[in-house]
Amino acid sequence: MRRLDALKAVYGGLEEAIVVTIMGAVAAELQSIGHRPNFFYLQHAMGLASSMGLGIALAKPDRKVVVFDGDGSILMNLGGLTTLARYRPKNLVHVVFDNESLLSVGGFPTATSTGSDIAAMAAAAGIPRTATVRTLDEFTASFGEALKADDLTTIVAKVEAVGPSAFVTDLALLENRFEFQRWLRQH
Amino acid sequence: MPVSTTSSRAIYDALKGGGIRLISALPETWLVHLIRMAEEDPEMTLVRLAKEEEGVGISAGAHLAGMKSAMLMQNHGFLASINGIVSCAQLYRIPLLMLISYRGEFGERDPWQTEGGGVTEDLLRALRIPFAYLDNVSHVAARIRKAQTLAGSANKPVALLLCRDLMWEEPA
Repeated sequence: MRRLDALKAVYGGLEEAIVVTIMGAVAAELQSIGHRPNFFYLQHAMGLASSMGLGIALAKPDRKVVVFDGDGSILMNLGGLTTLARYRPKNLVHVVFDNESLLSVGGFPTATSTGSDIAAMAAAAGIPRTATVRTLDEFTASFGEALKADDLTTIVAKVEAVGPSAFVTDLALLENRFEFQRWLRQH
Repeated sequence: MPVSTTSSRAIYDALKGGGIRLISALPETWLVHLIRMAEEDPEMTLVRLAKEEEGVGISAGAHLAGMKSAMLMQNHGFLASINGIVSCAQLYRIPLLMLISYRGEFGERDPWQTEGGGVTEDLLRALRIPFAYLDNVSHVAARIRKAQTLAGSANKPVALLLCRDLMWEEPA
């Protein structure tokens, strides 16, 4: 499964959701499909996209929040999985695209390439709904169920280690930040 | 334990009065009463962290969604949060209200607190984070209010150092 295809497959379901992504390929690919004012791309601070998602989910409990995380990022904030589980926001869908590498900095393998299992760690942290998916159909089904489910979900989507040719887009960081804030406060 | 209940109450009331509705915290001795007050307040969301840097992301998310928050941490927790402060809060111009217990200053008896105490202010200055001391209960409310005002107008992290003279009641 390619991450870009996975994003395209669920893009239609993101219209009403609040979306937070990590930096690099995930941000560039989602923007290549089409930026929306309810999408925020955390272009640094690796590990904190899931924490931002938690803060938003607690502040806006009536709206779905989707975090598109990565293996390299969540490995920097594994403790955050225990915090997610502890407060268990029912409106949060946490997707981890696991390409078993730090693609944006040259493709060095992460620990998931040698067997570390993020879904198992999420479950052990106490996250009530977890899954590892390997095909586009599995991902689409699992994501759809998570959006409908009234509980915290972590989906680990195993994807190929391929990405866009460039990571910098023409959307300025602060433009994205203030547009996103305005959308959140109006919806 | 001689952590000042009076000072903790003054700090808590000022945060509450400033509209703070979410507090992230990692326990440390001087913060025990503040964390308990947050826990017992049905109007406050208390988020207990595994590591302080998470609090930067949580506060950033809460801010963008329109909820005012504060972070309670020890100065070593501030040290552990610096990448998040720089590459989330400062990069994206997010106001953070950080209340940092200032361990390792004059009067510190725990040897393990002394190294972090010695670098706290220099790091705040290096990061250009505006800060002030909370060392007397008489100015707690005003300084917290002013810190919040600057964080909001500048869209930047600010810090208040919770000092021994305010937090710790020991015989003179």
